[in-house]
Amino acid sequence: MIGPQPNHPTDAGGSSAHSGPPDIDLGRGRFQIIVARARLALRTVRDGWSIFLESRIGLLSLATILVFALMAVAHPILMATVWDADVYDPVTGYSFGEAYHPAAPSWRHLLGTDPLGRDVLSQLLSSTRSEFVLGITAALVTVGIATTVGAVAAYYGGLVDALFMRLADLIIALPGISLLIVLSALFRLNLFYLALIIGILGGFGGTAIILKSQALSIRVKPYIEAARTAGGGHFHIIWVHLIPNLLPLSLLYMMFTVTGAIFAEAVLSFLGLLDLRMSWGIMIHTANTGGYLLGGAKYWWLVIPAGASITLLCSAFYLVGRALDEVVNPRLRRQHD
Amino acid sequence: MTGYLLRRAGQMVLTLFLIITLTFFLVQAQPGDYATFYALNPDLPAEVRSQIKESFGLDKPLWQQYLIHMKNTFTGNFGVSFGHFPRPVIEVLAERIPRTAVLFLTATASSFYIGFFLGKAIAWRRGGFLEYAATISGATLFTAFTPAFALVMIWIFAFKLGWFPVGKFLDPLVWRGADVTANHVFSYMLLTAAAFIAFAFLGMLVFRRMARVGPVSMATLLVMAAALAVPVAWAFSGIGHLALDILRHMVLPIVTLTLISFAGTMLLTRNSMLETMREDYVMAARAKGLPENLVRDRHAARNALLPVVTSLVYSLIFAIDGSVIIESVFSWPGTGLTLLEAVRSEDLPLVMGSMVFIGLFSLLAHVIVDVLYVYLDPRIRYR
Repeated sequence: MIGPQPNHPTDAGGSSAHSGPPDIDLGRGRFQIIVARARLALRTVRDGWSIFLESRIGLLSLATILVFALMAVAHPILMATVWDADVYDPVTGYSFGEAYHPAAPSWRHLLGTDPLGRDVLSQLLSSTRSEFVLGITAALVTVGIATTVGAVAAYYGGLVDALFMRLADLIIALPGISLLIVLSALFRLNLFYLALIIGILGGFGGTAIILKSQALSIRVKPYIEAARTAGGGHFHIIWVHLIPNLLPLSLLYMMFTVTGAIFAEAVLSFLGLLDLRMSWGIMIHTANTGGYLLGGAKYWWLVIPAGASITLLCSAFYLVGRALDEVVNPRLRRQHD
Repeated sequence: MTGYLLRRAGQMVLTLFLIITLTFFLVQAQPGDYATFYALNPDLPAEVRSQIKESFGLDKPLWQQYLIHMKNTFTGNFGVSFGHFPRPVIEVLAERIPRTAVLFLTATASSFYIGFFLGKAIAWRRGGFLEYAATISGATLFTAFTPAFALVMIWIFAFKLGWFPVGKFLDPLVWRGADVTANHVFSYMLLTAAAFIAFAFLGMLVFRRMARVGPVSMATLLVMAAALAVPVAWAFSGIGHLALDILRHMVLPIVTLTLISFAGTMLLTRNSMLETMREDYVMAARAKGLPENLVRDRHAARNALLPVVTSLVYSLIFAIDGSVIIESVFSWPGTGLTLLEAVRSEDLPLVMGSMVFIGLFSLLAHVIVDVLYVYLDPRIRYR
């Protein structure tokens, strides 16, 4: 195998008992354990990465995500250097240079302008950042909750388990978009609240069930038994032995949550129900309420950049998730004969 | 088995109870008071207002209101819609539920069938062109921005090609002078469909083991005969052209919903098949010298079906949400569009009513999946 192998007894943590009297230097031992663990984690990541590299679709999707990330970074830079805020601001800008709006793409406006005279490219780039913020916040909240709930439910079982799983059943039974539509009628939803709601619904819902079933299979592994025999407390076992082994699967479900969150935001924005400054869904909403959508290909720059971005970014996260699935779940891998 | 189903049914009732509770408290938690919504609505005459106030107990404390709300919901009293004024919420919903049910059920059934068929095929031939094409197009359709995709479908098939109408439930020009209501015609269409499915199912059951007439079996002949008889019967009924009009409006939404939702089933079937194909019994079936398609369909796919059916719940919820979006884009007057219109016009009684019914839909879907699972998995049946 690749990866550094401990060829020196003092290299591996905890083996200092062989050399000299049992003078236990706790600080030094702990440090070595951390180093050994980091090395192990690094090797897992490297192995996983080499499996991931085999998936062409996964790599392509990862590249797509990177391009979108670059777009998100590019917007503030462009606004600060090349673009004049009066003209190119995604929300309040107005292009005086064009006779009619929406104007077709030109050198001044690479993707044209929208019906209100704002630059489409600037809107597209500035929305990318909020989509990332939304997707990643929702994914972190979901996975944070789901991993904890899954580990705790699997570890303790009994009443705790039943309670969390019934809650998850309830949340699965709720149609998410419909519920969000109702919520948007009752409250003003901005990006942060939306991410939080999606994260909470996902975290206590289906993702928790999946992570719990994984945690159940980890709980019966010998090293958990060993940790318990060695006197590890509940918190220690959950935190140090259970959750780290759940993380690969958590990462996988983060990808799916990002897809779901971006999709939900786009749908709600398209229906005009969210309190956001600018997003891809709002761009399509603006074109739709202006009646430009059934003009079809004539006003393509109002719909296709935003629509394609939503589809591309969603499917990129989704396909990265699927490629990760093959890394995490060895049974899906293609056999090398 | 009965015990299992009863327990699941009990859980469903509890879940419905919780959904109703949730919608009630969400409405209570919003800024502003539900009672003043009624009191300030200028569309309501004073006597109706006092009547509503009494029947919903809007001047009583919260917990009493909650109990009254619960009682009202289970007796079907959702109040009076603001937007459709004198009509009660339940009447508006009763008109629209069958429309959503048809859209949703047809699309789910066809997308499940297509997804399972394709997933089976691409898992069997791992690494082929079909796998790449199906995975990429499936994932693209699955994650495609639904409203934009629906608009593209409208633009191509309704606007450019003109094969189907642009949206809505019926064409007023066709219905001018007709002396029946749309709901009347639609309920007859539903009855016909239900009767046809029941007939086909029974025919399959009875004639399954019968001899073949030439290349086709008796059952297929029977179903084909029935499929021919239905249009003929409708053509002589006098309202055939009206039914055809509704049918023409139905095609595009159903096709769109099917296209966006088959990929989930397809990708899952693929994964499940890949796991099943390594099992010993598949190798045993091959070793017996069974033909490849028999090994695939009867031995591998039959077992790969179980996890797919388990996760059918997710795809059903996806389809329910999808039908809300599809309904809004196609102006298809079902529960989803009703919910959206109610949300936009702050028609709170209608919002709560539609949400309860959409929740009910997903619960029924759950129950159906459970029954299906019991039927498919003998380990549960005989426990």
